[in-house]
Amino acid sequence: MKKLRTFLFVLCMAPLSVFSAPPGMPLDKAPVDTTNNASLQRGAESFANYCLTCHAASYMRYNRHRDIGLNEAEALDLLVKTGQKAGDLMLTAMDEKEAEEWFGVLPPDLSVIARSRGADWLYTYLRAFYRDDTTVPGWNNLVFDRAAMPHVFYELQGEQKLVVETVGGEEVESLELVKPGTMTVSEYDQYVADLVNYLVYIGEPAANDRKRIGIYVLLFLFGFLALSIALKREYWRDIH
Amino acid sequence: MSNGLNSLKEWIDKRFPMTSNWEAHLSKYYAPKNFNFWYYFGSLALLVLVNQILTGIFLTMHYKPDAELAFRSVEYIMRDVDYGWLIRYMHSTGASMFFVVVYLHMFRGMMYGSYRKPRELLWLIGMAIFFVLMSLAFTGYILPWGQMSYWGAQVIVSMFGAIPLVGDQLTLLLLGDFNLSDATLNRFFAYHVVTLPLLMLVLVFVHILALHEVGSNNPDGVEIKENKNPESKIPVDGIPFHPYYSVKDIVGVIGFLIVFCTIVFFAPEFGGYFLEHNNFIPANTLQTPDHIAPVWYFTPYYSMLRAVTVNFLWVDAKLWGVILMAAAVVIFAFLPWLDKSPVKSVRYKGPIFKFALTMFVISFFVLGWLGMEAPTPLYTLLAQIFTVIYFAFFLLMPWYSKIDKTKPEPKRVTK
Repeated sequence: MKKLRTFLFVLCMAPLSVFSAPPGMPLDKAPVDTTNNASLQRGAESFANYCLTCHAASYMRYNRHRDIGLNEAEALDLLVKTGQKAGDLMLTAMDEKEAEEWFGVLPPDLSVIARSRGADWLYTYLRAFYRDDTTVPGWNNLVFDRAAMPHVFYELQGEQKLVVETVGGEEVESLELVKPGTMTVSEYDQYVADLVNYLVYIGEPAANDRKRIGIYVLLFLFGFLALSIALKREYWRDIH
Repeated sequence: MSNGLNSLKEWIDKRFPMTSNWEAHLSKYYAPKNFNFWYYFGSLALLVLVNQILTGIFLTMHYKPDAELAFRSVEYIMRDVDYGWLIRYMHSTGASMFFVVVYLHMFRGMMYGSYRKPRELLWLIGMAIFFVLMSLAFTGYILPWGQMSYWGAQVIVSMFGAIPLVGDQLTLLLLGDFNLSDATLNRFFAYHVVTLPLLMLVLVFVHILALHEVGSNNPDGVEIKENKNPESKIPVDGIPFHPYYSVKDIVGVIGFLIVFCTIVFFAPEFGGYFLEHNNFIPANTLQTPDHIAPVWYFTPYYSMLRAVTVNFLWVDAKLWGVILMAAAVVIFAFLPWLDKSPVKSVRYKGPIFKFALTMFVISFFVLGWLGMEAPTPLYTLLAQIFTVIYFAFFLLMPWYSKIDKTKPEPKRVTK
């Protein structure tokens, strides 16, 4: 029976290894750390400066940023350009109808984007724009072909171009920086990392609390387990 | 006991069968003393049911069954409701763990022949619970109104449409509209929070009543009631459920809670198995996702649905898929009459049964895995092969269980 149990366990775990392989192009690992408040605050500021113009994060409230070390006044100061209140949702000023006309699609709400796309995808995507004059925005993306979004960080990252090489009969696509931006490559990587870190945070603001509480819950349960085993042994002593 | 409490007990017992029920179902209900690991899952299923009902009540207080508001209200629970995230994760993790526990509970029954006489009806009531559980999972999964909620439901509802003659009418009745819409969400909400839980509670109650009538089976598959102490009339291999199994089940409960809480607090999405990534995108009726996969507990059956690729006789492939899928679930109910072995437990059954059961488990897992993957010709072929193996386990049982070389059952339970 023990063998069967081990066997069942291995079978249970087998699909996990299959699931973890991402489809399509390999993604870079995003250096996510939602306990790093400095990184989250930098990400929040970039989010307010660049993303919030077109994308809402409408499940998120400004005053929720207390999680990442910003009190109400600081959050409003850092994130708000036009008179919203601390308890307001992070909506965009753009009209939905106009947005759809401009981009062809409504820019999606980004509150839970990190939960549907995953941090690695976002981290790779925001660094994979290249010039493509055949598309409407003039930009294309290596992980999201014909993305409707233009390269909003163009001034920071600079301009990349697509390089297609044939290696062993297979076409391999890569990007080359042809016009440098105001940031170096590693500065821009860090900039995107901060932003993705922030997107992961707003995807589930309670995540840090959850893990912190979880440790106490498990400690309690392990203590309780020892007690319950002792109790069971005591009662069962006379059963043979 | 103090005098006051004693007279209160007497007062109640004259008006309500309190003590007699306590004795009949707990302190003088005799269970075999040789229960092993696999016997935890019955009480754990009850625990998960209670978890689902309690967390469900709190979710209902904040959730809005409205196509415009549903997705947002779930995120509201996750962010603005105090400990809403905990309640929601307990409910979503509970849904998956319900299936884990119930599948293991059913597997226990299959290993030790718990469906055999005199427990056929107990097994059938259990099957009814399994159907209700599947319906609960399906109607619940639609409520967050994400992409997978919407398109997964679309797939399942379209299966009803494949039923000849009544298919279209049935679909209309189910949807409450000509396509999946706000009206559907509302009626699924009603099914999920009222109809099905009530049905579930009644069935679980009846399941336990039936169990206490016939008594529990055990890993040896011998009937403890056939060997009673001539004086006390108590089965010699039986021990009172309370306190022996009540204290033992506490160990099981805590062990389970450790697994459960590890998932809730550290991996609530469980790598996309318990909460699918695509379900964090609000339902979009105009955009079909590239790859629609149901949650893991339905994937073995989903594989079978997709395994049928050709029309056969005068019935088309889709309807065959639906028939096969339904048959794969219903076929468990026939086990009491398919098994012709002279012994109940796998411990005394022969090598053919052990091989067949192993193959069945493998096919269940392989089909489950295939159901999550996008179909390719190779995968479809694999799904067909393992569907055949799955059904062969049941359909060939009357023959192989008869010719299998069994060992003699002991007179008393062993360790």
